Amino acid sequence: MSDFWSWFIIVIVVINLLGCGGLLLWNNQISAEEAAKETTGHSFDGIQERNAPLPRWWLFLFIGTLIFSAVYLVLYPGFGKFDGVLGWTSDNQYQKEVAVMEKSTGPLFEQYGQVAIEELVEYPEALAVGGRLFANNCAICHGSDARGAKGYPNLTDDDWLYGGEPDQIVTSITKGRKAAMPPMAAAIGNTDEAVRDMALYVQSLSRPDLAKDSQKAAAIERAKPKFAMCAACHGQDAKGNIMMGAPDLTDTTWLYGPRVEDIEYTIRHGRAGHMPAHENLLSKERIHVIAAYVYSLSRNADTAE
Amino acid sequence: MSNAHEVVEKNVGLMIVLTLIAVSFGGLAEIVPLFWQKATTEPLETLEPYTALEMEGRDIYIREGCHVCHTQMVRPLRAETERFGAYSVAGEDVWEHPFLWGSKRTGPDLARVGLRPITEQWHREHLRDPRQVVPESNMPAYPWLQETPVDWDLTERKLSVFKNAFGVPYTDEDIAEQMSKVNGEWANATEEDALVAYLLSLGQERKEAVQ
Repeated sequence: MSDFWSWFIIVIVVINLLGCGGLLLWNNQISAEEAAKETTGHSFDGIQERNAPLPRWWLFLFIGTLIFSAVYLVLYPGFGKFDGVLGWTSDNQYQKEVAVMEKSTGPLFEQYGQVAIEELVEYPEALAVGGRLFANNCAICHGSDARGAKGYPNLTDDDWLYGGEPDQIVTSITKGRKAAMPPMAAAIGNTDEAVRDMALYVQSLSRPDLAKDSQKAAAIERAKPKFAMCAACHGQDAKGNIMMGAPDLTDTTWLYGPRVEDIEYTIRHGRAGHMPAHENLLSKERIHVIAAYVYSLSRNADTAE
Repeated sequence: MSNAHEVVEKNVGLMIVLTLIAVSFGGLAEIVPLFWQKATTEPLETLEPYTALEMEGRDIYIREGCHVCHTQMVRPLRAETERFGAYSVAGEDVWEHPFLWGSKRTGPDLARVGLRPITEQWHREHLRDPRQVVPESNMPAYPWLQETPVDWDLTERKLSVFKNAFGVPYTDEDIAEQMSKVNGEWANATEEDALVAYLLSLGQERKEAVQ
């Protein structure tokens, strides 16, 4: 702040305070002669306005506010360039707040960071912290209950695109993941029929009952040899590949929906699931604790079954 | 001798003058100096002017009333920076006309939304049907944005107004370049494209400040 504006503010503040004080004193003076009069002489419909001095309680409150503002201007910034004797700023108040939190949570995260994730799931407090971090950072896509949404994997089942071991979960969070299923319609024949056949075939992998319908069975038979195109990523047995995040097609977990239409869409347009990297957003210890929380979710699913 | 306060009470002209002086003091001391403060008039070094697409996205943000439920103002409180990112400073908003700080959070603050680990795809799905990705959400759906092409009629004038009236450092070449994109790669852009581009641009100037 330049000297000019500093003095500009100081002058206004001083005039303001003195003006308020002066106005108060000026209005508070009543001559003996005036005080002796009972009324101001105003009379409306027989109601007379009394002539009384300012109420004492109000007067002292006003003087109190003047004193308060003077004390405030000594302690806090406000008097031009003067920083106030307390040296308060909104930034250093914030930094203090952060430091206090860091002091109490820093050692805690450090302690959790040294415990292996397999063991950390036995620490209810660590999981509670992990749940909070999950809610703030992960829930927007995976849901507040971690059960995911269409295109965003459910983390509470024990079905994993990129592996569910602790270090695999940590890698997924830290580095992110990028799936790249290309559009496959051209590769399998580029006709509506070919795409539908393949969708039925993929559906039949987890639903053997489809083959009972003779029409569908024929479609499935037509698509079967073409699955070799898909096997590069999904595997000959269609059980997927965690190196590429290619899902297991033989189970009943469907990231993009179980209907034939959903599968057809995937075959025609491909899918590009993208889990963003968090290494620049969250500290290593925090990722460790979140990973433990995520790991615990599917572990619960195991024990519940 | 009459009552001292009668002088003010019985001279309306004098009372008006004194009232004006009294009410102007607060503004004179608290607001006027800000117009000449470096902190409020100089943009952050990292601040980038909006592209034409982001500029149109911003106008759609205003048109749809996003600022009614979403603030763009992270206060210097730990609970806020923990959730949203670095707190807001005046230098971020020097080129904002009008600023979109908002005053009420029904949804979360968006000042740093471009820095959050959220994919473009998520933004699109979320705008079309928020409950598809966030079941608890009470945000309205904006499905028509994906079908409505951006109206580019006034874009060039908007950029010029920001350059000439608001001092945003676009050069004539910048504007020409933006307009060539408008007529080229963005010619068929939808309002959803524009809005998502704007959302992803939010907070980029504070990339380094994120804790």
